Amino acid sequence: MRTWLVLGFVFVLLCAASSLAAQTAPAATDNARLSKLEQAAADAKGSADNAWMLTSSALVLMMTGPGLALFYGGLVRKKNVLATMLQSFAMMAVITILWALVSYSLAFGSGNSFIGGLHNLFLRGVGAQPDPDYAGTIPLQTFMVYQLMFAIITPALITGAFAERLKFSAMLLFMVLWSLIVYSPMAHMVWGKGGLLNAALGGRFPCLDFAGGTVVHVTSGVSALVCALYLGKRLGYPKEAMTPHSVVLSFIGACLLWVGWFGFNAGSALGAGSLATSAFVATHFGAAAAVVGWSVAEWIRNGKPSALGAISGAVAGLVAITPAAGFVGPMPAMLIGLSAGAFCFFMVATVKARFGYDDSLDAFGVHGAGGTLGALLTGVFAVSAINPIFKDARGSPLPSGLIEGNAHQLLNQAVGVIIAWVLAIVGTLIILKIVDVTVGLRVTEDEEVQGLDLTQHGEEGYSWEVTA
Amino acid sequence: MTKVEAIIQTSKLEAVKDALHEIGVEGMTVLEVRGHGRQKGHTEFYRGREYTVDLIPKIKLETVLPDAIVEKAVQAIVTAARSGKIGDGKIFLSKVDEAIRIRNDEHGEGAL
Repeated sequence: MRTWLVLGFVFVLLCAASSLAAQTAPAATDNARLSKLEQAAADAKGSADNAWMLTSSALVLMMTGPGLALFYGGLVRKKNVLATMLQSFAMMAVITILWALVSYSLAFGSGNSFIGGLHNLFLRGVGAQPDPDYAGTIPLQTFMVYQLMFAIITPALITGAFAERLKFSAMLLFMVLWSLIVYSPMAHMVWGKGGLLNAALGGRFPCLDFAGGTVVHVTSGVSALVCALYLGKRLGYPKEAMTPHSVVLSFIGACLLWVGWFGFNAGSALGAGSLATSAFVATHFGAAAAVVGWSVAEWIRNGKPSALGAISGAVAGLVAITPAAGFVGPMPAMLIGLSAGAFCFFMVATVKARFGYDDSLDAFGVHGAGGTLGALLTGVFAVSAINPIFKDARGSPLPSGLIEGNAHQLLNQAVGVIIAWVLAIVGTLIILKIVDVTVGLRVTEDEEVQGLDLTQHGEEGYSWEVTA
Repeated sequence: MTKVEAIIQTSKLEAVKDALHEIGVEGMTVLEVRGHGRQKGHTEFYRGREYTVDLIPKIKLETVLPDAIVEKAVQAIVTAARSGKIGDGKIFLSKVDEAIRIRNDEHGEGAL
């Protein structure tokens, strides 16, 4: 009897012990499963972000080639079409190499308030690991290649100002120097670690520039104006009609720019979340409204809305919404677009004629002026509900722009714009002087008359010959 | 042999071609040209500047004919090409010294 009691007691003990063991061992595997799950979720988010960012990088490159190449190519005379397209295409090659060697480091490496250092020379340290300061969910290499596409298109924009009269060799030297002296510092100040104007990383004068209103459009647009003035007008301008040889090509280019711009603006969210959506929507709405703004202004002034005007309007709107895309709501985005369309039309149709400078393809009228307007309007319409960029000590969002009660932001925007203007003017003048003294800038009069395709590159854009 | 050069509106080419074929004209050359007589051009806008385009696209039709049918051909062209407005064009006649068929070396009116 006692034996059975003891056995029974031992049995109960064993049961209790095993059930206790069953409770503590699964607790250990639960934790392991949880952390694996967390890792999987993070990986999934990282994959989504990376997929979007690589796509965006491709879209932005498409903006240069063939977007901008076609847009500009169609606007010049037939004898200069290849030379014009090659100026953009050359950036895809040359700036890439420069970026890989040194200019990424100068733009995004750690340095001081104005320029990065040489830590990332030859892309040292730029690998699969994310850099949380820039984009915590994607490899730093993705960030680097995305930014490269911006570095490519920005100097390509300037080519519009000196179209049809600059030596190819001079252009190459100019662009290398410009990328180092103007682009990298500006990119660093607005987007780089420790940058003077960096709103996301505590810059002294936080300038809201989501995708490059100041970094890309103001710098290139103002530099374009400086180039146009320094180089002088094309032979025969303005008396001779130098109309586009193919608005059809420009049309195709402009549409590619519009679509590619989704990578430019929505990609600047550096992730695939709702901020990218917001920027995407603002971009599209801004472009659409700008088409209307420009076309209505043209219809009133000239009696007819032109195809060239409509596509130029779209580009102007895209330029103006660039700094604002990830900070403003859809309705303000349309307002920004509408005003940019009308304003840039005014710049191109009235101001240019009034002052007589030969900004051949309106790089200043659209990018310089549109970018300046957009950067300032960003300070008006930015709201923390869209993007809580400013936070207080406890992490609560602070008002972003004027309509939210932060009038001070307009001053910061102005600082950013002014720095861009000054850097562009001073930098470009120095570079032009250097190139002028070393390689020489303009082609000869004979070469200009014959055309750059033949004289600079030994080819013809269209060889529809008499013989089959 | 007479060379008939007719500068006509681009929209009248089909009608003139048909009219000439109907009276038995077998050979002709057609060129796309630009020019003007008294017809005013039109204005185009480019970036806020107005430009006058005064060289207007036309068609030049050339045919060398035996003298016997020149008057009939001119009449056919005029009837087919006339709209009554400025810009209808002009016809010029000139004497041709010789005509040679390349294929078989035929000379004179037989080569036409």
